[in-house]
Amino acid sequence: MGKTTTSASIGTGLAQRGHKTVIIDFDVGLRNLDLIMGCERRVVYDFVNVINGEANLKQTLIKDKRVDNLYILPASQTRDKDALTQEGVEKVLDELSEDFDFIVCDSPAGIERGAQMALYFADMAIVVTNPEVSSVRDSDRILGILQSKSRKAEKGEVVEEKLLVTRYNPERVVEGEMLSVEDVKEILAIDLLGVIPESEAVLKASNQGSPVILDADSNSGQAYTDAVGRLFGEEIEHRFLDVEKKGFFKRLMGA
Amino acid sequence: MSSSEVCFQLKGSNITSIVLEVKQYPSTEFLSQLQDKVSQAPQLFADSAVVISLEKFTSENTPVDFKPLIADCFEAGLHPMAFRSVGETLLDSVRTTGLPALPGAARSGSVQAHEEDNTPVADVTPSGDGEQVEMPLDTPAESETDVSESREVQVKTVIETRVEIQEKLVHRKAKIIERPVRGGQQIYAEGCDLIVLAQVSEGAEVLADGNIHIYAPLRGRALAGVKGDSNARIFCQQLEAELVSVAGIFILSDELKDKAWKQAAHIQLKDERLTIAQINDK
Repeated sequence: MGKTTTSASIGTGLAQRGHKTVIIDFDVGLRNLDLIMGCERRVVYDFVNVINGEANLKQTLIKDKRVDNLYILPASQTRDKDALTQEGVEKVLDELSEDFDFIVCDSPAGIERGAQMALYFADMAIVVTNPEVSSVRDSDRILGILQSKSRKAEKGEVVEEKLLVTRYNPERVVEGEMLSVEDVKEILAIDLLGVIPESEAVLKASNQGSPVILDADSNSGQAYTDAVGRLFGEEIEHRFLDVEKKGFFKRLMGA
Repeated sequence: MSSSEVCFQLKGSNITSIVLEVKQYPSTEFLSQLQDKVSQAPQLFADSAVVISLEKFTSENTPVDFKPLIADCFEAGLHPMAFRSVGETLLDSVRTTGLPALPGAARSGSVQAHEEDNTPVADVTPSGDGEQVEMPLDTPAESETDVSESREVQVKTVIETRVEIQEKLVHRKAKIIERPVRGGQQIYAEGCDLIVLAQVSEGAEVLADGNIHIYAPLRGRALAGVKGDSNARIFCQQLEAELVSVAGIFILSDELKDKAWKQAAHIQLKDERLTIAQINDK
């Protein structure tokens, strides 16, 4: 669906702008973030070790080699989800917030414990959805949980919501095989942060262990850069929403 | 700490349930008809507790053996928890089933009274008969101008009591929801109207004892008058509902699609049937 890809790229984008950023992998048991960030070989301790007091943050955080100010807190591959306790997560987040400008929590899919822990302490949520009915419905569900079960909701406050549509393919929208951005916006009725076009660059980046935002030539990378800009209130027009018109030469070559 | 700890608490509470109004039994058709109905909205009925109402029940010969009826309910996935509106002649038949016989529906008396002055029922109905508000409210005030002095005092006291009643009715709170109601969420406005200023998503459910107003798309389920107020209505700015129901009588989206679909709509109960009208129909 693109949650981890998005966490990696948004986190990297924040750090590129000079903000000290940490990305936390909440998907205990699966562990994907370190692969996408290309630091899987450097994982010694993990999030659960920190919660259990078996390691401190300094030992556990992995500093990214490409971008300054960027750190990764990997998930554990072996332990079960119950290892994430609310008190434990809160303690780690409190400690991190002393040092970091941004904490990006990469939530697992679904509405289970891992996801609930990832969203509980959120000030802002970026809901990643694909332009298909089932995905949009799941996003609607998670938005409900966000506004009823998060710490802000318990205090009667509202968590800021942003919508990010990934794997967007304008050609398939025209064919009626995918929902359009307008459809998704209408169903979810939240602010649109960005639309990431479906692209091989995303797959290539994941396989190479490099967040796609660093691939500045790709339209996906550019779309993520735009999205990060919008997070800071910049007015950037949405791109890659329409079918690319093939130029005369391209048509001639049948490309 | 006292010598022994209390291990329970008895509390009064309201539970919304589905009422199964049985018209005749035994009947060979009963189970298949019930299963048919349940299959129309399996999610709504799944493992629901039901109260069996005998208000409209007719039978030539008593006693009636209700045990197979209860078994049929279980067969259809419903869980009967009590009988309601049991006539004297059937009381013994019901007792043998082991389920309690609850008093009849509370609505019958008061609902009529409110129809004319258009006053919603919420605060008054549950007590039973709501007789105290049945007099028309505006007549005494009009007649005040041309009564003789000697009668004025009397009239004034009447007006004062009227005003008191009126205030009581005017001061009806409504539950107001300003954020979207998302899939999986349920909002219940107990004893009052429900006003929702944002969308109700697919898979979400909004319920009220009174009316429901939704100033946005309604894509989920809306159930007004859940305690049986058949005068409750549903208003929404864009009708795309999965289900709408007033006083337990419901229709599903398939049927809604021919009527005011995606339009502003007004849903009410007329002669035990839901009518759907487009608002601002040009």
